[in-house]
Amino acid sequence: MVSIVVNGAPRAIDADPDTPLLYVLRNDLGLMGARFGCGLGLCGACFVQVDGVPVPSCDTPVWSLEGKSVVTIEGLTPHPVQQAFLDEQAAQCGYCVTGIIMSAAALLDRDPRPTAPTVARALDKHLCRCGAQQRMIRAVVKAGERMTAAPETGVAAGGEFDG
Amino acid sequence: MADLPKDLAANPTLSRWIRVHADGMIDVSVGKVELGQGIVTALAQIAADELGVELATIRMIPAGTDGPDEGFTAGSMSIMDSGSALRMAAASVRARFTAAAGNPIFSYADLAGSVDLDVPAEPDAPLRSQDTAVGNAVGNAVGSDVQRLDLPDKVFGRPRYIHDLRLPGQLFGRVIRPPSRGARLIAVEGLPGSDGITVVRDGSFLGVVGADEATAVRAADDVRKAARWAEHDSLPDEGELDKFLRAGPHETIELADDGTDPPDDRPLRATYSRPFIAHASMAPSCGTAVWTGPGRVDVWSHSQGVHPLGRAIAAALGLDPAGVRVQHVEGAGCYGHNAADDAAFDAVLLARAVPGRPVQVLWSRQDELAWAPFGSAMTADVAATLSPEGKLSSWRYDVYSQGHTARPGYAGVPGLLAATFVENPAAYPAAVDPSAASGYGSTRNALPGYDLPRRRVTGHRLLASPIRSSAMRALGAYLNVFAIESFMDEAALVAGRDPLEFRLAHLSDPRGRRVLTAAARAAGWGRPVPEGVGLGLGYARYKGRGAYCAVVAEVETEADIRVRALTIAVDVGQVVNPDGVRNQIEGGAVQSASWTLTERVRFNRRHVTSDTWETYPILTFSQVPSVAVTIVDSGAEKSVGAGEAAQGPTAGAIGNAVAAAVGVRVRDLPLTTEAVVAAIERGG
Repeated sequence: MVSIVVNGAPRAIDADPDTPLLYVLRNDLGLMGARFGCGLGLCGACFVQVDGVPVPSCDTPVWSLEGKSVVTIEGLTPHPVQQAFLDEQAAQCGYCVTGIIMSAAALLDRDPRPTAPTVARALDKHLCRCGAQQRMIRAVVKAGERMTAAPETGVAAGGEFDG
Repeated sequence: MADLPKDLAANPTLSRWIRVHADGMIDVSVGKVELGQGIVTALAQIAADELGVELATIRMIPAGTDGPDEGFTAGSMSIMDSGSALRMAAASVRARFTAAAGNPIFSYADLAGSVDLDVPAEPDAPLRSQDTAVGNAVGNAVGSDVQRLDLPDKVFGRPRYIHDLRLPGQLFGRVIRPPSRGARLIAVEGLPGSDGITVVRDGSFLGVVGADEATAVRAADDVRKAARWAEHDSLPDEGELDKFLRAGPHETIELADDGTDPPDDRPLRATYSRPFIAHASMAPSCGTAVWTGPGRVDVWSHSQGVHPLGRAIAAALGLDPAGVRVQHVEGAGCYGHNAADDAAFDAVLLARAVPGRPVQVLWSRQDELAWAPFGSAMTADVAATLSPEGKLSSWRYDVYSQGHTARPGYAGVPGLLAATFVENPAAYPAAVDPSAASGYGSTRNALPGYDLPRRRVTGHRLLASPIRSSAMRALGAYLNVFAIESFMDEAALVAGRDPLEFRLAHLSDPRGRRVLTAAARAAGWGRPVPEGVGLGLGYARYKGRGAYCAVVAEVETEADIRVRALTIAVDVGQVVNPDGVRNQIEGGAVQSASWTLTERVRFNRRHVTSDTWETYPILTFSQVPSVAVTIVDSGAEKSVGAGEAAQGPTAGAIGNAVAAAVGVRVRDLPLTTEAVVAAIERGG
């Protein structure tokens, strides 16, 4: 039994300790937002945050998470970067998007006003086959601008979403 | 009496397309499927406008074998085929409601119960999209940047993909592929017993089914280790693909033969090639199936064609096609015939071992990159003559390729991977090519759009190959346009003319001239660029009758070959969703840049070795160029698809920009830094 905090709630995970976190999230906890892409941590589709750091859940065994805090896209929602993705229509098939949003949100936590090249570097662990990268970079830059704008002129973080 | 659009003629009953509910919601069923390209949103826009309702009242129903059969969602034909059918069906529905109301202004909700839609479409129903006076005043979605209907679920991480499907009692399946092409399963030895795992074997088809996904994955690894196979070398030498493609036997495809000998002008010739390319979608393919009774199976798939898939499954298993129901569920991006259909059939085979229980099969990343069909390798010879006035005076083109379609049901076989492994295997002949009416395959865009005298254009399709090829975005057009556009620049150089001016001197089609000049103007064609930077042009009209697209690439060659920017102009006729068109062109251009710069399927004599993202790299965020798209307004020209138009012109533009930057021509794709350095060292 491994004890993990998932999206703020303590969870006792009764799975083989070697089981990748991704399967536990998707099959045991019903959290489908992290996607299986490669199983080797090379594409970024399965990213979640562990203690605030984006990691691939497909090759993170649950035993390594004892006492740690996991945030998935479901726990992050609503986040201004999601609205920015919709505003920019920054996706085609969308399969890579939730993982990318997890990394983008972590980037904005440590660098609230990133430049486009900074965003690109921060997302280099993520692949997008449809070619929507430039729209996504634009969306993250704009989300940063909006989040750091003065409250009377900007949109408060998480203020206008229905999840 | 006017003819019904093709897809409506094949499915004329209105209720198959449109159902009106008393709460005012209108269900719209189409046979085309969402592949990440936004087609469902664009079709909703068309339906809303023609019915004369707000877009929000339209509910798009995913395609299934209960709905209209529109074949495959492929070839950039959905807006043209499904759009025209849906528009006419909607016009017929509106005409029937108008008649029932006795007034062109009416409420669908009020009349929902009293208008019978189990009737054939009316070919002469007036089209509101051509005359707004004939119906309700609302409905102006077409032509505006409507946001994609499916994206909120995807951005917020809600279950939406087939991978997220969890049916009551569902089990998880995994397939163990042979270790090499053509391998035969001899035995599974010393298999460790595993709780709750069913091992399924049928000939050389091998799989496992279990209740827990992680356990099924581990069991598949155990079975893989326990399986003994008879293997042999079956693949061609990867370093000799040119020779392999030329060796034949071939089908000869004559596209043009103007029947005159080339004049005694200056001869030019060159050969261009591309390797095999993988679809490399972000999600491995997935399928779910449940046997509901003898001869009855329900299937869920991200296939491009639910009806043909259902028929192929029935053919593979000798079932009555009526017993096979297929429902479309969205998958990750689809760029052609990938492994979606194969995964569905894998699920059918595994589920047969556990009747009544749904089984979901998910392919591994390795199998996805190694066992899905590839876009064919190709090689093309161009030989032309240049007159003293600097114009092309003859043109000869020969392209060698495997076929570009092996979709379910092609060549009279199921075309499903596992069907070739089972005890009584189905044949898997070499891929064929789509017909001339469907825009060809190996020879798609082999006929240049330029005004050229004394043309002879011939395709040579390989009739046998151990490597499975099928449709991938733009089919043969990717290499054909790369070859033609590279050659145009090489000829312009010899003629001492500017590449843009040289193209315009050979191009009378006004729409082609417009996109070329628009892209050149937007990119600042002719401006001075620093040492090591180059601009290059690429142009084509997709299939010779689809979208016009011109691209200017800007590359820099300091450390690596890097595409900085792609400036694109496109004419797709009447635009249903401008931002959707831009998104498709941007994505197509970026994907083409990735193919052109880095992608190549690797293999040895037994198996494909490029089966991870490390061995099959695609462009990363930091490597992706900026893309600017100008949509050239062509007034009321008919709508054509945008999804494949940029593939060839982007490759041509990048190749020409690299040549402009380094002064050396690289004719074999991909244009990796190593390939360019090697060409420089050879002195071009």
